[in-house]
Amino acid sequence: MSKKPKEALEELGKGLVKDVLSNKQPKMIVPIRALSNVTFNKKTEMLQLGGKSAERNFFNVAHAKKFLQTLEVAAASKNLLEDGKHASLRDVFYMVKRTIPNTRTNVVDEQAESDDAIEDLELLTEQSREQLNINANKMGSVAGHVVIEDKGDEINWSKMGSGGWSIPSNVEEITFKRVRAKYVIYMEKAAVWERLHEDKFWDKQNCIIMSSQGQTTRGIRRLLQRLSIEHKLPIYVLADFDPWGFYIYSVLKFGSINLAHMAESMTLGTARFLGITADDIENYGLKKHLIAFKDVDVKRLEQLQNYEWFADNKQWQRQFKLMKEMKAKAEIQALSSRGISFITEKYLPEKIQKGEFLE
Amino acid sequence: MAIAHELAAQQREISVSEFFAKNRHLLGFDNKKKALLTTIKEAVDNSLDACEEADILPEISVEVIDMQNDRFRIIVEDNGPGIVKKQIPNIFAKLLYGSKFHRMRQSRGQQGIGISASVMYAQLTTGRSAKITSKIGQREQAHYYELHINVQKNSPEIAKEDVVEWKKERGTRVELDIEASYSAGNQSVDEYLKQTAIANPSCTIIYTNPKAEQVIFPRVSSEQPKKPKEIKPHPYGVELGVLMNMLRFSDDRTIHSFLINEFSKVGGEAAKQILENAAIPPQSKPREMSREMIERLVEGIKRTKIQNPPTDCLSPIGQDLIEKGLRKEINAEFYASVTRSPAVYRGNPFQIEVGIAYGGTQPADQPIRIMRFANRVPLLYQQSACAVTKSIIQTAWRGYGLEQSQGAVPAGPCTLMVHMASVWVPFTSESKEAIAHYPEIIREIKLAVQEAGRRLSIYVNKKRRVADQQERVSIFENYIPEVADALARLSGAGKEKIIAAMRKMLEKNKEYIQAHKEAHQVEERKEEQARLGGFEDE
Repeated sequence: MSKKPKEALEELGKGLVKDVLSNKQPKMIVPIRALSNVTFNKKTEMLQLGGKSAERNFFNVAHAKKFLQTLEVAAASKNLLEDGKHASLRDVFYMVKRTIPNTRTNVVDEQAESDDAIEDLELLTEQSREQLNINANKMGSVAGHVVIEDKGDEINWSKMGSGGWSIPSNVEEITFKRVRAKYVIYMEKAAVWERLHEDKFWDKQNCIIMSSQGQTTRGIRRLLQRLSIEHKLPIYVLADFDPWGFYIYSVLKFGSINLAHMAESMTLGTARFLGITADDIENYGLKKHLIAFKDVDVKRLEQLQNYEWFADNKQWQRQFKLMKEMKAKAEIQALSSRGISFITEKYLPEKIQKGEFLE
Repeated sequence: MAIAHELAAQQREISVSEFFAKNRHLLGFDNKKKALLTTIKEAVDNSLDACEEADILPEISVEVIDMQNDRFRIIVEDNGPGIVKKQIPNIFAKLLYGSKFHRMRQSRGQQGIGISASVMYAQLTTGRSAKITSKIGQREQAHYYELHINVQKNSPEIAKEDVVEWKKERGTRVELDIEASYSAGNQSVDEYLKQTAIANPSCTIIYTNPKAEQVIFPRVSSEQPKKPKEIKPHPYGVELGVLMNMLRFSDDRTIHSFLINEFSKVGGEAAKQILENAAIPPQSKPREMSREMIERLVEGIKRTKIQNPPTDCLSPIGQDLIEKGLRKEINAEFYASVTRSPAVYRGNPFQIEVGIAYGGTQPADQPIRIMRFANRVPLLYQQSACAVTKSIIQTAWRGYGLEQSQGAVPAGPCTLMVHMASVWVPFTSESKEAIAHYPEIIREIKLAVQEAGRRLSIYVNKKRRVADQQERVSIFENYIPEVADALARLSGAGKEKIIAAMRKMLEKNKEYIQAHKEAHQVEERKEEQARLGGFEDE
């Protein structure tokens, strides 16, 4: 498994050395990762990286540092692969961070720079970060009647105590032994997951509950995709009623701009948005718990409205319109105003039973 | 009535000397430090004027001796034409006596106050008389005088008179004891002499300061400046009072011929035109004209189009010599100079010249150094009141590569010299420290300064580009081992081999920088040559 990534890294190095030795300026061609170079493929319903790429030439003052950063990260990854070890994004940052001799310049000053270089490296080598032995931080929990095997250990997701199983950043190597569930609910908030877990919602409803803190990590996205593809489970998304909550769904379903190059291994064409919707506000009496919009919220909402993948979706445009009229947002936890277990006893079962979701 | 009589008893004529004795600040003797400078300045200006008139390459020695208790002895000696015996007492001990006031000609001194005011200052502060020696030729005798000024009568009093041995072929030596104080700095004697040397490249100055150190400012050009011609006044510059005076003493039989004879650029046709516009019969007798007629004459002049005055009366320093002067005294990287074509303010021809010296050892974080000159005389005081400073402030320097905050003198490693040559430089006061704000003068200074600024910006921009290139090279030089190391780790190839190959590629970059630098210098030289012809008026 780890042989191919190593070769890809070697190839990158050899190609550049060949250029240098034959007196050609060393260059890397990196596809541009920005909205301007991302298109929505209507057939596959996925975000796709366009054909635009940028040349990164070492003998260009503006590129020299990025060029060096990318190579440093590549060399660090090669060492990891050779030693059979994994490092976090933060580790890699420290592995490459140092001051260039005779200058006051650091190879990297912030983790964002090494993270960016790693994403470029993924594109250059056509290897995912995980394949390069670089992992993100673990940031999610899961519970349900599922047994898996991970590095020889058998793990039962129904017997993980109050914290659940914490999802690693690389889920490629786990295998599903037994999966007994009708669907998966993924929620953006760990606090809501804890409520569901305490109420044994997964047991009562025979489902899998999964959460992250904030943005969905790659490990979670990949795990959801595998459950969806390998076990044909519907995926429900539970997020706040605000542009950011909607965007979490958007990323899961269609892919993200930054990772458009990995859309295929990430997107969940079958994802359904369960709530909170504008109709829920009405139906469950959440009006008095609305939080007024700020300017940034309005702007973000307008961006969503204009995204190609939402443009022709009448259901979603209706939600956007209603939200714009309300000029307000609501959190999932607003449901607690109806009782602490209102969400597990009434809201979720009712919604799933009635099939009230957006696609 | 009785009071009026009493008052009348106190009322009497005030002599010029008395007036100035009480108002010495008007002549530049406000304080001890300034008194030292003014005294030396007056003597040196006179020497330079005299040498120029006599076509002699000036060699001036200035000696300042500290006599303790704030007393200084000042000795200025030149190799000029000397002064005839009879005139010596008047020139040095009578205020407002001189040859320059009545002439329309470019010269350093104008009013004939300067040196005699110094003599009077010496007399007031130390009680010592002025000691003058002068010799007018190889076979002539050298005359020695000790002089006082009779302050009430404004007339010289001779304390001692003698004939002495003097080895010099000719020249004048002035010795004065004055109360003064000495310090170095922007407004010091040292600075004045240095700037004088810049603006008078054909003169040699040997200066001995109060610490008995000798500084020599050598001659850089043996080309004597063009001798300024004397011109008649131009009608546009003449005021009512002056005109009345001229008419009263005129020998001309008709006003028509008076206009032709007494003014420049007035011919038969122009005179006729003026008189028509003034409604004055051409045959009127100048001496019999009424005040009302003279007023109409002034109006008539204003309404008549008269050619500009001749400008060959001006003697600019010249672009070439300005640059030589700057190179001699200022250690910079880039020098440029601009001499504008002559222009006219209120009937007086004048010409603006600008020199610029950029970079070198000059401090980069301070306001630029402004050197102001009027008829080659450095102006050290009242910089902020001067038309030169105003023009510089009103110029946008950021575009020319200098820093500048709103309404301020620009900052940067730069010296900017501005010279105004004119038959009559309009000063804001008698102490001749700042040039008055005539719009025509400000306009010309701005145009000259802008031209110099444009050339400066070409240099600064190129310098910046070369510096950028050099920075580039240093970035690559430092990055190459790092990149090579990472590449070696990735590919398994030898690190040294990669470094060598990359360094070779960098050489190409370096060659480019070198080529750029040389092209830059050559271009500059060409540019200079192209500009030597002087500038057309815009």
